[in-house]
Amino acid sequence: MEATKPWSPPASAGAPTPSKKTDWGKALPFVGPVVLFIIWDLVVRLGFIKPILLPPPIDALGALIGGLAGGPLMMDFLVTVWRTVQAFLIAAIVGMPLGVLLGSNEKAYRSVEFLIDFFRSTPSSALIPLFLMIFGVSDINKVAIAAFGALLIVVFNSAYGVINARKQRVMAAKVMGATRWQVFKDVLIWESLQPSFVGLRSAVSMALVIVIVAEMFIGADSGLGNRIINSQQVMNVKDMYASILAAGALGYALNVLFLLIERKIVHWSGR
Amino acid sequence: MNTVLNAPVFADVPVPEFKPGPTGTHITIRGLTKYFAGWPLYENFDLDIPKHKIVSVFGPNGCGKSTLINMIAGLVPIDSGEILFDGKSLKDTKIGYVFQNYREAMFPWMRTIDNIAYPLKLEGKSKAEVDRRMAELVASFDVKFDLHRYPYELSGGQQQTASIMRALAPNPEVLFLDEPFSALDFEMTLFIREKLQEVFMQTGTTMMLVSHDLEEAVYLADQVLLLTKRPTKVAEILPYGDPRPRTTATLSEPSFIDAKKLSLEIFQREVRR
Repeated sequence: MEATKPWSPPASAGAPTPSKKTDWGKALPFVGPVVLFIIWDLVVRLGFIKPILLPPPIDALGALIGGLAGGPLMMDFLVTVWRTVQAFLIAAIVGMPLGVLLGSNEKAYRSVEFLIDFFRSTPSSALIPLFLMIFGVSDINKVAIAAFGALLIVVFNSAYGVINARKQRVMAAKVMGATRWQVFKDVLIWESLQPSFVGLRSAVSMALVIVIVAEMFIGADSGLGNRIINSQQVMNVKDMYASILAAGALGYALNVLFLLIERKIVHWSGR
Repeated sequence: MNTVLNAPVFADVPVPEFKPGPTGTHITIRGLTKYFAGWPLYENFDLDIPKHKIVSVFGPNGCGKSTLINMIAGLVPIDSGEILFDGKSLKDTKIGYVFQNYREAMFPWMRTIDNIAYPLKLEGKSKAEVDRRMAELVASFDVKFDLHRYPYELSGGQQQTASIMRALAPNPEVLFLDEPFSALDFEMTLFIREKLQEVFMQTGTTMMLVSHDLEEAVYLADQVLLLTKRPTKVAEILPYGDPRPRTTATLSEPSFIDAKKLSLEIFQREVRR
């Protein structure tokens, strides 16, 4: 087929450009954080909370920026990112195909459904001692337990994505003469993408949570979790808050990143 | 999976001899039986669908109009009976199907043009063959919108036009249409109705149309198949023979009005029964 010119919104050409008034709507998302920092600052300034428990926000932010810009905080940040990414990749690479496979064979899924639901509902941190016995106090341990927790979420969501695929799309493919395999690769996998992405997004959050917890309590000598607990023990609150903020920023950034990827890949979502 | 709960027990009854339909029959349905939740929807149902004709299916609510064409198209399994297309089974027959809900019939992860070409790719057609057929389709449908957009970027009428093109792409012997207009606005309904008539005049594809709009059912039909309440039987098969192309003027022809009136009478008789 000859290429037609790329589509552009029909109204964009002649539409009047909005007048150059200051757009306050865009500033709204910043209101909450700014208010929070003002309250935080006031609480410290007026002495409601001792500075030894809560540093002024400027100090915490300073420690965060100074630490991330080449300081020791950056090393711990990167270690945590790397562990989370490893755990997530294991969960995604094993979990998505497994979930899609289980979902396309409902009998297989029903037979392991209880196990998946049970371990999905078990707080993964409760399994840390078990993983300690298997993997010892190692780096692998932290990644393994985070991967396990994330894996179940991915499997569950991908499987349900396939099971709940729009029946009519499957019928449409069948009536056009698609074989079971063609229905699977041309319809079911695609239909499962959106729920799979929901799963991946929750999985990466879960992986981060478990990695941080594991870093706190399983003999780690690096990572944000380790840093938070160490600075707490020597009452270095400035560094502790900086590390907490760094962990928060990491979780938030991962979530936004996955939303953006999802919007790019599952472009039909919600339409 | 395929075992039928509460399967009807009439194994001792001899299978009735297969009687072929009159000449020109395309689809022969013999002894079709379908139970829903233990109640018969169709029982020993016989029907002949003529070749190169449009048959509109019309009947009371819940009589299984859509189920009938879904069973013929193989989307709903039958409990017993036989359905043959020119003596062949479904798997040797090329069919097209147009769903009422175009939104859930197209694949939103493919561009519209790839959606339309999908059945051709399933057949293993070469790129050149696919392109040629697509050019034909675009010409015969006089497509005014950009097929390189995704289905969800098109209007409802454009999406339904595309799904009719997809159904027709492999040159099916039979085209099934399950209330294809009921999710569309009036303007689009008129447009697609004319397109269907044009395609039919060009190709003579056998069509089965389920409709809940009597005027539309009669307007397009060579035969109006009127069904009874369940257990469903054929109430009447009304021929309607006004020449094509039928136009808005046809709607006020006495022959059209008579056919519509008669259909309505039979329909009302069946609803009250």
